[in-house]
Amino acid sequence: MCLGIPGQIVEITDANRMMAMADVSGVRREVSLAPVMPTSGDLTEVIGEWALIHVGFAMAIIDADEAAETLAALRGLGEAQETLEAMAEGAKALGERA
Amino acid sequence: MRYVQEFRDPTTAKVLLAEIARVADQIGATPEKPVHIMEICGGHTHAIFRYGLDRLTHPGIEFIHGPGCPVCVLPMARVDECVELAQQPGVIFCTFGDAMRVPGTKKSLMQAKADGCDIRMVYSPLDALELARRNPNREVIFFGLGFETTTPSTALTIQQAAREGLTNFTVFCNHITVPPPIKALLDDPHMVLDGFVGPGHVSMVIGIHPYDFIARDYGKPIVVAGFEPLDLLQSVLMVLIQIRDGRAEVENQYSRIVPEHGNPVSIAAIEDVYEKRPSFAWRGLGEIDESGLQIQAKYAAFDAEAKFGIGYGAEVAREVEEPDGCACSQVMTGRIKPIACPQFGQCCTPEMPLGALMVSSEGACAAYYQYGGGRPLEAAE
Ligand code: SF4
Repeated sequence: MCLGIPGQIVEITDANRMMAMADVSGVRREVSLAPVMPTSGDLTEVIGEWALIHVGFAMAIIDADEAAETLAALRGLGEAQETLEAMAEGAKALGERA
Repeated sequence: MRYVQEFRDPTTAKVLLAEIARVADQIGATPEKPVHIMEICGGHTHAIFRYGLDRLTHPGIEFIHGPGCPVCVLPMARVDECVELAQQPGVIFCTFGDAMRVPGTKKSLMQAKADGCDIRMVYSPLDALELARRNPNREVIFFGLGFETTTPSTALTIQQAAREGLTNFTVFCNHITVPPPIKALLDDPHMVLDGFVGPGHVSMVIGIHPYDFIARDYGKPIVVAGFEPLDLLQSVLMVLIQIRDGRAEVENQYSRIVPEHGNPVSIAAIEDVYEKRPSFAWRGLGEIDESGLQIQAKYAAFDAEAKFGIGYGAEVAREVEEPDGCACSQVMTGRIKPIACPQFGQCCTPEMPLGALMVSSEGACAAYYQYGGGRPLEAAE
């Protein structure tokens, strides 16, 4: 749970809340961009960028090569799969009837 | 060597291993008189076992597995409190999946869920926030657990809940910080530590300066490392070179991710929402001064301890004994290897963990179990 996973920011979903859709190994997940807010204040600057995503927050902008290497390392450790499963669990938890 | 072939770049791995061996020889490290290097982060522990780095490196290097797995250091009393919170009427209790199987004195969260509590595994505190928005008649509690990598995410979530004026969302804050337990271990006269491999993603948040005391006050080298096997080998080499040259500095092997001063937004959120507790209990390590965080009074409306009177912040912090015959605290402090624990693989397995070190893949016992750390080198090849 302590390792982040690379994802690509695809679109801004809620500029007020600094939320964006990220593509994480083919899984779409809404994430917060608060930690990587550009100094210009213009969130659209990060569309298309890769970010290291940790528990739903983009913690750092990284380059595409770093993203690929990090993903390979996470796959080697089985952590990529674990994170994707956790994301699926999260989606399921939201769907469960209260 | 089976393991080296699995590296992204076996040639570089071999060069690094040879270099490590050369410097270890220069230092005079032998299996009888090893250099003790502690990897602080559980992610590193996992990678070391996964790639067999403890066996591939020079035999004079001994890895001591550090306290950097938040699930592993969670005392049973905290798990009991989680169950108690989950049993409150109308509560939806949200947790990271990793915490589900950690044993409490009576039950784990997994068992509590089976017994009918509404416990949900979420990926992010934002999922818990969304549950609170969607269920205004329910009380949603998020179990905030983890080191500085995770702390900002709960802080930012609380700030967001405050902006929205939500009244049914709280955090049960059990966040902990990396530097204090390192200091505690360095102050322990029984510990022999010659250098450290520092956590990568924690440092991405806090930067490298919180470790200055390790070099300055204790004269030990520390190298902040990525968790790719090559990152780890490179970092071990950097630690050894410092030892050989008689230097003690904070070096950053992972500068491509870790900025010197960390992430300013995250640090500001942590400082806005949390303050240090006077002390906090760690499983296996006991009470450590200023090692845990609590929610500041201005955010009391989002503090499960304040709202429900359960937890560390309640009048008496509960203490409970860890299970009989479990050697968790000795393993935790690196005094013995997991296989030396009488419960290892017998009463304690990843399926039925007795101690928390067996629960998460980042725990030393689980890593030993999964990758056969107890077997001799020949058997693994
Ligand atoms: S094997 Fe189990 S009981 Fe023994 S130290 Fe490891 S986690 Fe604790």
